[in-house]
Amino acid sequence: MASIKLENVYKNFGKIPALKNLNIEIYNGEFFVLLGPTGAGKTTTLRIISGLEQPDRGKIFFDKDIMNDVQPAFRDTSYVFQQFSLYPHYSVYDNLAFPLRSPLRKEKKEVIDKKVTEIAKLLKIDNKLKNKATQLSGGEMQRVSLGRALVRNPNIYLMDEPLSSLDAKLREELRIELKKIQKDLNATILYVTHDHVEATTMADRIGVLKDGVLSQIGTPEEIYDNPNSIYVANRLGSPKINIFDLGKTKIPSKNKATHAGIRPEDISITNKGHYDVYIETVELLGAETVISFKSDNINGMILTQTSDTFEEGKKIKIALNNKKMLYFDNNGMRI
Amino acid sequence: MVDTSRSPTESSGFSRKLAALIIIIYAVVTLIPITWIILTGFKSVTSSITYPPEVFFEPSLEGYVNLFTTRTRQSQEYLEALPPPETWYEELVRSREMVIAGPSKFFGRYANSLIIGFGATFLSVFLGALAAYAFSRFKIPLKDDLMFFILSTRMFPPIAVAVPIFIMYRKIGLGDTHLGMIILYTVVNLSLAVWLLKGFMDEIPREYEEAAMIDGYTRMGAFFKIVLPQATTGIAATAIFCMIFSWNEYAFAVLLTQFNAQTAPPFIPTIIGEGGQDWSAIGAGTTLFLIPVMIFTVVLRKHLLRGITFGAVRK
Repeated sequence: MASIKLENVYKNFGKIPALKNLNIEIYNGEFFVLLGPTGAGKTTTLRIISGLEQPDRGKIFFDKDIMNDVQPAFRDTSYVFQQFSLYPHYSVYDNLAFPLRSPLRKEKKEVIDKKVTEIAKLLKIDNKLKNKATQLSGGEMQRVSLGRALVRNPNIYLMDEPLSSLDAKLREELRIELKKIQKDLNATILYVTHDHVEATTMADRIGVLKDGVLSQIGTPEEIYDNPNSIYVANRLGSPKINIFDLGKTKIPSKNKATHAGIRPEDISITNKGHYDVYIETVELLGAETVISFKSDNINGMILTQTSDTFEEGKKIKIALNNKKMLYFDNNGMRI
Repeated sequence: MVDTSRSPTESSGFSRKLAALIIIIYAVVTLIPITWIILTGFKSVTSSITYPPEVFFEPSLEGYVNLFTTRTRQSQEYLEALPPPETWYEELVRSREMVIAGPSKFFGRYANSLIIGFGATFLSVFLGALAAYAFSRFKIPLKDDLMFFILSTRMFPPIAVAVPIFIMYRKIGLGDTHLGMIILYTVVNLSLAVWLLKGFMDEIPREYEEAAMIDGYTRMGAFFKIVLPQATTGIAATAIFCMIFSWNEYAFAVLLTQFNAQTAPPFIPTIIGEGGQDWSAIGAGTTLFLIPVMIFTVVLRKHLLRGITFGAVRK
């Protein structure tokens, strides 16, 4: 395992810039999540680290070694692609054994056998080893794909939305499993996703990407509680943070802020509230309830754990927790 | 109870029967000349030139015997003085008042055809696959122009350049050699191979090779281990086209080969010249000539029909 450092990395595809001056350091043994919407440059970052793509400018370090001119095979990374990319003409066993049989490693037959069986058990695909890669369900394919990455001990595991194509239950299971494996192996993982739940549940640190620029790096708590912009605040949390235009509401402004944000759980329904609103919709999520509210000058979402029943259209009073209020300037940056 | 329901996407019994009928008629029409030549191979020489042609006849292996032997005509007295024939084919030849003088050149010509046909096919597909992969994956300056240039080598009939090739081959000593013919057929086939295979390579997702390269393989290693097996369908199709061309090519073979590397196509018609119109020997030669390319196509057909397996990459 190694630490990874990107220094002033730029990458354009034709005239379209994909990465603009990216600086990231991923520590040894860290689970680092790159979060961002489609087109933010997440996959490009992975491809540059793996060596599948050359940066236009900037340096890539594995520990202290500069890797810019090193072939992908010799960088010794392992990569889980967003598309499964299993070798369709091989069995599951051969797919898992493929990296171990490479000219770089040439592991002995017994070693391969042992490692493949181990990883197959871990990922619960040991009864499918003889199947062709094409005879698997989507979930199984993705587990084989993960297995192919985990079967060896590379410098870093690169994972490109590996769970996005799975159903919710399996995704949840594998999320926990992946975090556990990472802890057990003390592995360095760079994990790319647009799913904020994956980011907050697994990451040691999160980097939020926007249009090829790193907006913020921090632990999930830091990013959630202390986002440096509306953009970052919007990336985490479900339902999304409520952003109010201060010009249109009665919420007091601070330091020339034009917008204020508050998380849905920081709004409470109480008779002592300052704002009269109507309940628009009620969504029951089991232990929690999401209420969307509306009034002439303020609308948004509340996340509450009370077991009271709410009626749509009913009038309620709400209170905003001022301590949790975040203020932003007219560029969307935090004040 | 009889289940009469059927899927709306499936054709009805009637339209399927009609399709089958059309295909059968077409097959019969195209197969008539081939059937006729195969039948001719099993006729006696006299029966093969009878007019009107005989559809029902007594089968004979005279054509095959004539194909594989050279014979000399002898007088009745000479034949009677000989010891009795030891084999059925000697007997057959003597009944036509001839004796076997030795083997014909057919076997050697046939072997030449096999060597040159398979050699050129292998080389075309191999070089074509490498070129197609490069065109498919790398940023090559003037890529489209180069592809067009490669195609343009087929915009005139190859025989149009026969004279320069003939002179060139004589100067560099490639005339009437196996290597010369393999190179020539490869050159003619290569443009088709590159174009066909590029299409198939384009369809293979890059993720496969990228995964292999990250898994510790060089690009060459990834190409042979991952890309080529994925391109089986394309390779099979290309190989069949290349094989059919190299196997059947006549004009260059007549022009450039004579003794050493002569293939079967220019040889078979020369049978006519040797002692009468021996159509049954030609029929026999043509029948044998059809077999390898038929087997080749049938063997590769299962790769053609299997279709392209993209199952393991989600699109």
